[in-house]
Amino acid sequence: MALDATTVTAAGPAAAPAQPRLSLQRIARRRSTIAFLMALPLIAVIAGLVAWPAGYAIYLSTLNRRMTEFIGLGNFQILLDSETFQMVIWQSCIFAISAVVLKALLGFWLAHMLHHIPTKGQRIWRGLLLLPWVVPPALSTLGWWWMFDPSYSSLNWLLNAIGAPSVPWLGEPWWARASVIIVNVWAGTPFFMIMYLAALKSVPDQLYEAAAIDGATGWQGLRFVTLPMMRNIISITVLFSLIVTFANYDIVRVLTNGGPRDLTHVFASYAFQVGVLSGNIPRGAAVSLFMFPLLAVVAFFILRGVNQRNREMA
Amino acid sequence: MAGNRMGRRGVLRSGAGVVAVGALGAPMVHAQGTGGTIRIAFWDHWVPGGNDALKQLCAKWGEQNRVNVQLDFINTTGNQLQLTAAAQAQSRNGHDAISLTPWDVGAYADQLEPVDDVIQRLVAKYGPINPIAEYLAKHGGKWRGVPATSGTQAKPACVRYDLFQEHAGIDIRAMWPAEAKQGPGADTWTWDTFLKAAEACHKANVPFGLPMGQFSDAVDWIGALFLSYGAQITDEKGNPTIKGNDKLKQVIDYAVRLSKFLPNDVWAWDDASNNRALISGRSALVFNPPSAWAVAKRDAPQVAEKCWTVPMPAGPAGRFCAYLPFTTGVWAFGKNKTATKALLEFLSQRESAEFTTDTSGGYDIPPFASMADFKVWTTQGPPVGTIYNYPLKPHHQAKYSIAYSPAPADLASQMYVQALNTKVIARVAQGGESVDQALGWLEREIKNMRLG
Repeated sequence: MALDATTVTAAGPAAAPAQPRLSLQRIARRRSTIAFLMALPLIAVIAGLVAWPAGYAIYLSTLNRRMTEFIGLGNFQILLDSETFQMVIWQSCIFAISAVVLKALLGFWLAHMLHHIPTKGQRIWRGLLLLPWVVPPALSTLGWWWMFDPSYSSLNWLLNAIGAPSVPWLGEPWWARASVIIVNVWAGTPFFMIMYLAALKSVPDQLYEAAAIDGATGWQGLRFVTLPMMRNIISITVLFSLIVTFANYDIVRVLTNGGPRDLTHVFASYAFQVGVLSGNIPRGAAVSLFMFPLLAVVAFFILRGVNQRNREMA
Repeated sequence: MAGNRMGRRGVLRSGAGVVAVGALGAPMVHAQGTGGTIRIAFWDHWVPGGNDALKQLCAKWGEQNRVNVQLDFINTTGNQLQLTAAAQAQSRNGHDAISLTPWDVGAYADQLEPVDDVIQRLVAKYGPINPIAEYLAKHGGKWRGVPATSGTQAKPACVRYDLFQEHAGIDIRAMWPAEAKQGPGADTWTWDTFLKAAEACHKANVPFGLPMGQFSDAVDWIGALFLSYGAQITDEKGNPTIKGNDKLKQVIDYAVRLSKFLPNDVWAWDDASNNRALISGRSALVFNPPSAWAVAKRDAPQVAEKCWTVPMPAGPAGRFCAYLPFTTGVWAFGKNKTATKALLEFLSQRESAEFTTDTSGGYDIPPFASMADFKVWTTQGPPVGTIYNYPLKPHHQAKYSIAYSPAPADLASQMYVQALNTKVIARVAQGGESVDQALGWLEREIKNMRLG
């Protein structure tokens, strides 16, 4: 780069007419320009598939039902007055928070179990445990639906075989909520497991050796070595999973369709019902955008924490 | 292994094969035409071979009129058809015409081409279109779609006559014979009789398979029940008519009592649960089109041969039968509207409608009362005549119904999709609320839906 600048200067007045072309060359050779050009396809994808749809959804949510009039935040106000939507907010929070906590705990436990299996035997277990995450959720949920089926549940068949009464998996509100959470936890735990396993493998053995020399118990090793070393990955996986779980659609759609009495609806399933099926696209857009500000705030604080820790470690 | 490797040309040949197979797979009728091409999205029939009638009829019309007709069959599983319509309405681009589910005609009315000229000619020839099809397809005084035969269904009672006779003491075949007349005791076929029969069959461990969840089978039969008690939850303008509505209280009280004699998981049933209940032999009655019987004929013939379709019971305000029509709408942004309308008119002719109904084994019901006499409904079996009473006939003294009529379409569609009628019952029967509390919730929900 410095050579280019020198060349231009050395050319003196005679090279003056070529100045604009050389400037362009210089801009093109800047690292930031090259970086921008290389990132351009990604920027285009994000702009086209994320920013534009999000902006359009925000615009839609400000229109009336016929999409002929601007009503500002009217759709949000109407939604907040609806008892059903208040219930949807409550349920989405129960669903997302309990599912993420369970996934994180189970994933952490499974990662530990796997970490202590000899490397040779680890692969097959890792592959098998990843299966629920790899199978398309709509398909695997259909399998669960067959197991929970109101009339012909295979789980109930097993329960009956050991003399236990049938469980109304999808017919009773709390059982239906539990069923939806169980399926989400089953499908999402492998993601946590694999992320935590990678994090566990990156913790230097010397730290555990030093802790052992200091007389740390296994629990203290976990509390004061493992967890601090995994804080960033735990934060990021929890944040990512929280966002994805809040946006979950297929499990509720296939298992309960929001029933009984709307008591298992989450934002996405309710947004689809209100927006597409009931023909009220602006209000459906408002439902789907409802959690955006809250999740954005949560994301901001979690990512800020991650950055701070990174700086401290650096 | 090297011998098995596919070369560059092999890949190209295979690719060309895939493209060719894909192209041939799409039903398209080529005519050496000057009339251009039209593309129509029809509902993908779930009766096996149910699409063949439309394919053949469109082929015939395309050849006669020198128009290339390209058909896509889109199913309603996962709401694909509704999503397609929504996407095309948003982008103002897509097929020339599309099958629309009941409430979608109202939702897209301002983007659909008026078809009054077609309807006028059809009505002049075949008499009036039934009022529910008209309520759904006519908006702002204009017909915004042609009520279709393919896919249009009713949901009368499909009864296991042997179980009914044994446990409820009712000879349902004698009551509703496969003839154009009522049999002895048909006038006693009321919701009160139905309740007693439900109790008897519940005791005998063959309860009625009536869904009470949030899918259309549940919403439809509850809608017909409400109307037969004269219980409307809004007026024509969408104003709630809930406060002090004794008919509404009466019907909710009835439904709660009836729900005690149904399987305890009906609150989670979907549209297939009732079919399974009948086909498995666990249920003495379902409200369904003859598809449940047709599947039983294939999978459980010993059940099918004991099924008999009869009208729904009558209430204090009359007898109503749940009805779910499809309407074919011509997009205003379509490129070949004249030819599309001509094709839809051709598909609505009696000969075309009868061919469509025959091909679906009697499932499809044309929108004209004058076409309720197709032979297929008399000849289907076993037992022969089992679906004679499937389409409404004059001696049934009944009307077709759709839940939430006469509410305006934009409100009714929200109430229908969100299954307010089954939920208000569930809040009492399952949630333990009083009828007044549940009705208060219903009124607040409707008021909220009307905002914006």
